[in-house]
Amino acid sequence: MKLTGAQALIKSLEMEGTEVMFGLPGGAILPVYDPLIDSSIRHILVRHEQGAGHMAEGFAHATGRPGVAMVTSGPAATNVVTPLCDAYMDSIPLVMITGQVPYAVIGTDAFQECDTVGITMPVTKHNWLVTDPADIPRIVREAFHVATTGRPGPVLVDVPKDVANMEMEWYWPESVDLPGYKPNLKGHAKQIKDAARLMGEARRPVLYVGGGILKARAAEALRELAELTGFPVVTTLMARGAFPDDHELCLGMPGMHGNYTAITSMQQADLLVALGARFDDRVTGKVGAFAPNAKVVHVDVDPAELGKVRRPDVPIVGDCRLVIEEMVKAVRAEKARKDWPSIEEWMAQIRAWQERYPLVYEQLDDGPLKPQFCIDMLRDHTPDDTIVAAGVGQHQMWTSQRWKFNDPYTFVVSGGLGTMGFAVPAAIGAKVGRPDKMVWAIDGDGCFQMTAQELVTASAERIPIKVAILNNAYLGMVRQWQELFYEERYSEVYLSPDLPDYVKWAEAMGCIGMRCDTPEDVVPTIEKANEIDDRPVVIDFRTDYREKVYPMVPAGASNDDVILDPAHDIPGGRD
Amino acid sequence: MNGAPQHHILSVLVENKFGVLTRIAGLFARRGFNIVSLAVSPTEDERFSRMTIVVDAESTPLEQVTKQLNKLIPVIKIVELPPGDAVERELMLVTVKATPEARSQITELAAIFEAKIDDVGFEAMTIQVAGPPSKLDAISDLLQPFGIVELQRTGRIALPKLSRRPARLRAVRGARVG
Repeated sequence: MKLTGAQALIKSLEMEGTEVMFGLPGGAILPVYDPLIDSSIRHILVRHEQGAGHMAEGFAHATGRPGVAMVTSGPAATNVVTPLCDAYMDSIPLVMITGQVPYAVIGTDAFQECDTVGITMPVTKHNWLVTDPADIPRIVREAFHVATTGRPGPVLVDVPKDVANMEMEWYWPESVDLPGYKPNLKGHAKQIKDAARLMGEARRPVLYVGGGILKARAAEALRELAELTGFPVVTTLMARGAFPDDHELCLGMPGMHGNYTAITSMQQADLLVALGARFDDRVTGKVGAFAPNAKVVHVDVDPAELGKVRRPDVPIVGDCRLVIEEMVKAVRAEKARKDWPSIEEWMAQIRAWQERYPLVYEQLDDGPLKPQFCIDMLRDHTPDDTIVAAGVGQHQMWTSQRWKFNDPYTFVVSGGLGTMGFAVPAAIGAKVGRPDKMVWAIDGDGCFQMTAQELVTASAERIPIKVAILNNAYLGMVRQWQELFYEERYSEVYLSPDLPDYVKWAEAMGCIGMRCDTPEDVVPTIEKANEIDDRPVVIDFRTDYREKVYPMVPAGASNDDVILDPAHDIPGGRD
Repeated sequence: MNGAPQHHILSVLVENKFGVLTRIAGLFARRGFNIVSLAVSPTEDERFSRMTIVVDAESTPLEQVTKQLNKLIPVIKIVELPPGDAVERELMLVTVKATPEARSQITELAAIFEAKIDDVGFEAMTIQVAGPPSKLDAISDLLQPFGIVELQRTGRIALPKLSRRPARLRAVRGARVG
């Protein structure tokens, strides 16, 4: 069967099980958009290519399947660099197809030419420039394989226009042959045994859980391990929901804006079992002062993470699910072999910290609206399995701190890259992937302005997401740092609460727009939004700009130096 | 630039495809690793090329280099060649000032090092030297007083020594850490 390169590309995407892709056509990718008309793949037309990338990420976050996006050459390709980098930092499986100028004119500075493969090399797991239409099925197969296996990540396939127009004889490769790519999934048995032995000696253990648990679909295995050992669990920003927040062993988020107990338990631990986590600087604080007395067991499918930041006592390369399942067996054997020391004293200490240092804020009935209160009300007045997407900044940290993530794959978040503007398109992608679930984007006013135009996409495609803007009229996190570390010298952080008018803007984009500026209106507004299911909703919550995210470990400081909410110093606190 | 242990020699087998060198050079640059020398050539199997990369041991954590290199899909295999246990060779061309009076001294020196005189001019001559990096260092030191006009070295290539003892290849494939 003769097909054009373009037809072969679409057919290959279908063969890989692609049901939906996000994109925007243009000159160089035109040939590929033609066979798309006859394809079973649903295409969602975005308003900016960055949105296509983040939607594909949101889709992958919520479903675990690779997100697929397609854009044209030149400026479109450079517009997807941000989502590619975001996906690279957070290990999100993403397949990006870009158009390219005809192969015959590559290197001549042709119209809308750019070196896409060169530009995206540092932000993709791998990328390909197609030079022969006969390679297309093989490359697409390899692309999906690389994106979804081992440590997942983004890949890019650059398709020159003439290659898309040329004919090839259709085939579908039975298998993938990449001699230089063989992820090691099965953990080393002896290392796992060593890990179990360390666990059986620990008196102050903590399971330090990262996003790898979600990527490996290991939430159930993790729960079994936690309950078997009775070890407390901290879940990083990327792992929120990997272990249920309402579980008695869950300590919540550690790190720069983590809660006191999660941070301090890691600091004072004698054993950290890091599972799919990468000792990010936002978790460790000053590395030299991080968990100084802890032995470390480190499990990761990417060997380069082991010893990159902290040298583990027991390194284990492997898929988190497979390794944890083996770990459970090894722990059982170890428990049968000898008595484990009691960690009662440690757990009592942890409970005492939790009681002494809860997360606090105070919402006065007649006072300004507190962002934390809005999040609490959203949490309490939405279904338990609601998917939440966040942007980056104060609102993101409050969301991670206050939401109760009891199910995996319910928090769609930009962690490593910290991409402002992530929430709206990522929420759209998540809703496309999980139309059965309610999807809320909790966004800041600064973030919202970066990618809000994708609400036009959501309206046009009838994707009824809900957006809560915590509008404090500032780039809030930057303001917080200027207040605390730059002597309240506020430089370029004021945004205005009224410009733009978020309600009118939402309405102009085909959404329902609402405004809420008093505490008593919060719940009725949320309930009204929950009832709308035929179009997107945007709520402009006017929140108190003075509110800061606590606890906080200043950048570069030791995790021993947690700045608590000042209310903790007032006898009786403010809560 | 000698074979002293402040350098690591990595022999990296890669797929022979365009862009592979860029991927490797880019990785070194963005991870802040320093390349001392680099030689690339096809192997006996045309699907693969071999890169001999010499890295500075002090500035570069070898384990991270090899692990990060291993993550590149076109990288098939990485072997660290311990400097004492490898056959290392490098080629040097050096143009040295050679007045008619100095010529014979330089020629004598070249003979000691089994170097070849490749070109002779009125005031200079170009010498070709091949051998282990230490030999190249030595002759360039000795030529220095005559006045070196230009000097170029290829970067070293290396293969493991054929030991009479069991193989001493130290594979440093990151995937084997666990």
